[in-house]
Amino acid sequence: MKQMGKLAWALWFGYAFLYVPIALLIFYSFNESRLVTVWGGFSTKWYAELLQNDQLLGAAWLSLKVAAMSATASVVLGTVAGLALARFGRFRGRTLFGGMITAPLVMPEVITGLSLLLLFVALEQAIGWPDGRGMTTITIAHTTFTMAYVAVIIQSRLVSLDESLEEAAMDLGARPAKVFFVITLPIIAPAIVSGWLLAFTLSLDDVVVASFVSGPGSTTLPMVIFSSVKFGISPQINALATLMMVVVATGIFIASLVMARQERQRKRDEQMAVQGG
Amino acid sequence: MAVQPIRKPTRLEPWQDPGQKPYVRIEKVTKTFGDFVAVDEVSLSIYRGEFFALLGGSGSGKTTLLRMLAGFETPTEGKIFIDGVDMAGIPPYERPVNMMFQSYALFPHMSVEQNVAFGLKQDGVGKAEIKERVGAILDLVQLGQFGKRKPHQLSGGQRQRVALARSLVKRPKLLLLDEPLGALDKRLRERTQFELVNIQEKLGVTFIVVTHDQEEAMTMSSRIAVMNHGVIAQTGTPTEIYEYPQSRFVAEFIGSVNMFEGRVVEDQADHVLIRSEDAGCDLYINHAVAVPAGATVGVAVRPEKIALSKEPPANSDGRNVTSGIVREIAYLGDVSIYLVELKTGKTVRVTAPNVVRRTEMPITWDDEVHLSWRPFAGVVLTQ
Ligand SMILES: Nc1ncnc2c1ncn2[C@@H]1O[C@H](COP(=O)(O)OP(=O)(O)O)[C@@H](O)[C@H]1O
Ligand SMILES: [Mg+2]
Repeated sequence: MKQMGKLAWALWFGYAFLYVPIALLIFYSFNESRLVTVWGGFSTKWYAELLQNDQLLGAAWLSLKVAAMSATASVVLGTVAGLALARFGRFRGRTLFGGMITAPLVMPEVITGLSLLLLFVALEQAIGWPDGRGMTTITIAHTTFTMAYVAVIIQSRLVSLDESLEEAAMDLGARPAKVFFVITLPIIAPAIVSGWLLAFTLSLDDVVVASFVSGPGSTTLPMVIFSSVKFGISPQINALATLMMVVVATGIFIASLVMARQERQRKRDEQMAVQGG
Repeated sequence: MAVQPIRKPTRLEPWQDPGQKPYVRIEKVTKTFGDFVAVDEVSLSIYRGEFFALLGGSGSGKTTLLRMLAGFETPTEGKIFIDGVDMAGIPPYERPVNMMFQSYALFPHMSVEQNVAFGLKQDGVGKAEIKERVGAILDLVQLGQFGKRKPHQLSGGQRQRVALARSLVKRPKLLLLDEPLGALDKRLRERTQFELVNIQEKLGVTFIVVTHDQEEAMTMSSRIAVMNHGVIAQTGTPTEIYEYPQSRFVAEFIGSVNMFEGRVVEDQADHVLIRSEDAGCDLYINHAVAVPAGATVGVAVRPEKIALSKEPPANSDGRNVTSGIVREIAYLGDVSIYLVELKTGKTVRVTAPNVVRRTEMPITWDDEVHLSWRPFAGVVLTQ
């Protein structure tokens, strides 16, 4: 019993460590007072003010656009990469490619950001594109690092997908492209959805890579928050951060729901196979 | 082996008819994966309307051979002809062949009807015709009621029939079935064997069935090819394979068998005589073999062809007669299996029908018994 008590305390402490800062942030976003750490009564005025702030809204809109575009691009590219790694047998250098696809997951962001910046500058000098830095370069940069996550998710789903499903479709007269769109894609759709949501969230979160590759006039929301915090925390930022957190948390929540459903489906498939299906 | 072939022997069988052209011709096909030879110089001719079984243990290359016919694997060497057309370079979706997968491979996101209709849709068959043909084939496999269900809502036996319907609905000339009954329980398997043969005869489709179950192969097929380590050990009708195995492997793989070692002492046109230390007697066999006198050979005698008696058989010349002590009796209801230890130390397996009740059986544990068999019972094996 005593043991349990200690464990429970450790658990509570751990969770408090994780969630108290976030709770405080949400709490103070409803603070009447301009002084961040002095409670002056409940109010939603900072949210109202936030909606008047064109700079913040512009940054939020840019962030959402970048996140949606890079998530979509990385889902397309990540699916292709995952498919190549999981399906096209043992082509030369597959192990190397398999390892390399996961490298961006552990690469320090400053290095990713710096190298992409160098690439864009060199490209601009060589072929005149991308013309300056802004939304395009941020989107491309985000696609490169979120794609790795998507590829890993898709690959692991494909590995557990019974290859004979695709063969059966081909055997019944469907060409490979048709097989992909009619059989493979619908079956791995949950993995694609969760990959998209993950990519979206990662892009929305990123401040380091975006700082490297953004240009004047294209500031993403996390960048705005980061720079404004340098001049002191304002309750408005708290409100903004709260909203962002809601968006991100929802994204992650849906992604994990989809993943859980997919996992159940996979278990069911496996059981079917064992029972003779 | 109490199993009898389901099909009645009919007409002149196509493989005996020199005027017949094989529907499927496999010519010296080899398939290697890296250094590993999965299929080794296999040649086979399979005729229209046959129910052909590829029989072999796990890993003997049966699936690989089937997958080469379907077009999922390319032979490393050799050629495959279907209906006279060389299949090299023809992708699976253009072959006049359908396959039923071992895992059934039903599309989990489609209903039973959609699964079955899939192949017809690929061919651009009209909506009305699809509906009619899907309905008809589902009725044939007795799944008319289940068209709207998803695969995971079906039992193992029902899924098996959906897979069969889906592979038959396009009316292929040749159907490849990989362990079609492997996932079913014993009872269902026996019933389904009959259904499969009925459907095959009704539709006149050529079936090539992969199985590791020798009883299944014996009951269903017109001919069997026994595979071992990628090589075809023997091809023949179930009776030929069972009664005249050409190698120890085949004799031992199909049913159970007693193997006696011996030396040929007499080698005539109408019989051979083999002196066997193992058996403790001379073995007389009423057919000639192509081995010189003095050669060492094996003689296979099936357990059900040996007679047991407490008295020595009358007017025996001492050939094909030996004796021993009953060590084990396994009562299986219809038959009993006796394990008899010969004086030479060898244990011989004998099966005998239980004509009287168990309690009245004359032979029991530790009895001394005489074993005898007729001149046609033994098969001489040199390999
Ligand atoms: N794609 C493959 N790559 C490597 N080895 C394979 C492959 N497919 C089959 N094999 C090997 O070939 C052998 C025969 O396999 P298979 O044809 O599936 O046997 P069976 O169906 O008779 O059990 C097995 O040892 C298997 O491991
Ligand atoms: Mg197999």
